[in-house]
Amino acid sequence: MSDAPRLQLHIPTPRARPGDAPRFDHLEIPAAGALRRPPPDALESEMRDLPYSLIRVLDDAGQALGAWDPRLSPEQLRGGLRGMVLTRAFDNRLFQAHRHGKTSFYMKSTGEEAVAVAQSLALGARDMSFPTYRMVGWLIARDYPLVDLVNQIFSNASDPLKGRQLPILYSARDYGFYSLSGNVGSRFGAAVGWAMASAFKGDDRIAIGHVGDGTTAEGDFHEALTFASVYRAPVILCVTNNQWAISTYSGVAGAEAATFAAKAIAYGIPGLRVDGNDFLAVWAATAWAAQRARSNLGPTLIELFTYRAGGHSTSDDPTKYRPADEPQAWPLGDPIERLARHLTAIGEWDEARGQALTAVADGLVRDAVKAGETVGVLGKSKPSVKEMFEGVFREPDWRVIEQRREVGI
Amino acid sequence: MPSMNMIQALNSALDVALTADPDTLIFGEDVGYFGGVFRVTEGLQEKHGLTRCFDAPISEGGIVSTAIGMGAYGLRPIVEIQFADYILPAYDQLVSEAARLRYRSAGEFWAPITVRAPYGGGIFGGQTHSQSPEAIFAHVTGLKTVIPSTPYDAKGLLLAAIEDDDPVIFLEPKRLYNGPFDGRHGQQLKTWADDPRAHVPEAHYTVPLGKAAVVREGQDVTVLAYGTMVHVAAAGIAEAAVDAELIDLRSIVPLDIETITASVKKTGRCIILHEASKFAGFGAELSALVQERCFFHLESPIERVAGWDTPYPHAFEWDYFPGPARLARALQRCLEA
Repeated sequence: MSDAPRLQLHIPTPRARPGDAPRFDHLEIPAAGALRRPPPDALESEMRDLPYSLIRVLDDAGQALGAWDPRLSPEQLRGGLRGMVLTRAFDNRLFQAHRHGKTSFYMKSTGEEAVAVAQSLALGARDMSFPTYRMVGWLIARDYPLVDLVNQIFSNASDPLKGRQLPILYSARDYGFYSLSGNVGSRFGAAVGWAMASAFKGDDRIAIGHVGDGTTAEGDFHEALTFASVYRAPVILCVTNNQWAISTYSGVAGAEAATFAAKAIAYGIPGLRVDGNDFLAVWAATAWAAQRARSNLGPTLIELFTYRAGGHSTSDDPTKYRPADEPQAWPLGDPIERLARHLTAIGEWDEARGQALTAVADGLVRDAVKAGETVGVLGKSKPSVKEMFEGVFREPDWRVIEQRREVGI
Repeated sequence: MPSMNMIQALNSALDVALTADPDTLIFGEDVGYFGGVFRVTEGLQEKHGLTRCFDAPISEGGIVSTAIGMGAYGLRPIVEIQFADYILPAYDQLVSEAARLRYRSAGEFWAPITVRAPYGGGIFGGQTHSQSPEAIFAHVTGLKTVIPSTPYDAKGLLLAAIEDDDPVIFLEPKRLYNGPFDGRHGQQLKTWADDPRAHVPEAHYTVPLGKAAVVREGQDVTVLAYGTMVHVAAAGIAEAAVDAELIDLRSIVPLDIETITASVKKTGRCIILHEASKFAGFGAELSALVQERCFFHLESPIERVAGWDTPYPHAFEWDYFPGPARLARALQRCLEA
């Protein structure tokens, strides 16, 4: 062998494992309001610093600061808070429903509710979201009936997806929510295609697509960015960087080499990196990207920097792979508390109203679960078995007709 | 009626579709200005405009995923995969998204896309330009797979595929693009000129998916084939001088099971011919279906004549390719059994 140093294979490892103290001291978190806001029609070449910074509006005292403040009305702010509180109440209750054997699976969005709720409210009713499975807040913010979510989760006779789909993999076309799947990333390109179709037709609708930090390693992510950039598709492509892909930390997806927002630079599209627990920052960045898209200026990549406060799903225990107190140590706080603090700071909220909202949310969720239970929980009620054979094609072919006959329905 | 080779017939179908339906569009590698490596989209960009027929990045997964999104919006995209050998990066999109979208969304979304891909061997294309992957699509619930064997069928089936509301894989036997080919590779090349199967109307027409064609009626044995193998089968039947019934399946999903079973019940014998490797090929499904439905009519074992279970070899093209002589031997075995 030569005198050159021996090669070493690098395997990234997180800073803290169970038993260690949580460590976030490596994160550079700029002050709220510090980052400039280019006009939405600015040249991409003039904003390549943004992917390496962090758009923040709310400071620790609940003040909204700087050029990215979307200047929402108190009604809009309270609407956002309501959406997030309701989402958290729903998640908690349905997670428990799984523990009680009422369904087979559940995934919570705890800690990252601002992403889906702010974006749902910031975009138009006719736009289309190609979501991840941690975005029920999109539907809840748009007043999708909670009982229909519950019926889907219970796969019961009133399941809008007719018992065909794993719990929480919703589809809600009328609410701008594209059919979910458990395959991560495989709808990112469809978001681009949908947006290209809108442009092809001269429509004014845009698309928004999401993947998680882990999924940026899939080819789908890069294919979608290539097509979005090449055809200047009116689409907002988002990476919800919640630090964890099941048990794998974001460093295994490359987070220590570059930010996820910085992937935009090589595609020649704007990349925004946003405090994902800051409702106002998420809203503002989304609205900025939407304005660009609607002006034929093409796609934007947004990294929503957040933290998955719960486990991946009902099937894992996060204390087995990260410090149990890591969620509490997350330096960007909790999105609900931060927005409530802001509303309080501007004199539009108080503790009594907060308690009332929580009570209302718990009541709505309780009623929805009760209504779902009345139809039946998993195993106690299901749609007609004929639904198993329908919808394979628009018209069934002889195979499903014969097989359906074979089982006597 | 004009005579068209298969390329011209496919081009005519695409032209008719773009003209009739403003929600159709074509994209794929090299299909725009240049008109595709096999010229199937020649002139369409010039005639219909940039947004109706354009070049795509070399990204089969990206091509199919964006097409699915367009389909979900309400368009009818027609995409070209340059060779079926290159379709595998898009396989996840076809299986996990296109095929299941209608089912899993309970009918809220669907993907009325057509994925064209030249396929099959006989052109000395080696492993990467010769494969016949139809079985991997046939196995996927929710996909349709169509394979024409003549210019007339190519146009009519392609228009039916485009107008279909479900995702269709449209495999074009590239060895038939310029002329019929019966597997006798040493002979002078034939063209489609003067062939009645190449009389293709300029106007719109469809050949329905799921309807096989009885190419030759016969009493003694049924031969099932599709694509290039329809022509090889005709030659093999002539060589064996047997009274065989030749069925061109035209689409393997949906499959015309009635025509198949009616024929085998009449003849009592069945041989399946395809280019793809034999093991777990589509012939295995055909064989199973025939024995399930026609067992008591069978007078001899069902036989499959297919590509060997090797990757598609370059120098050994004609050793691999199931030609008429192999079929003729199988026919004789079958009739003697």
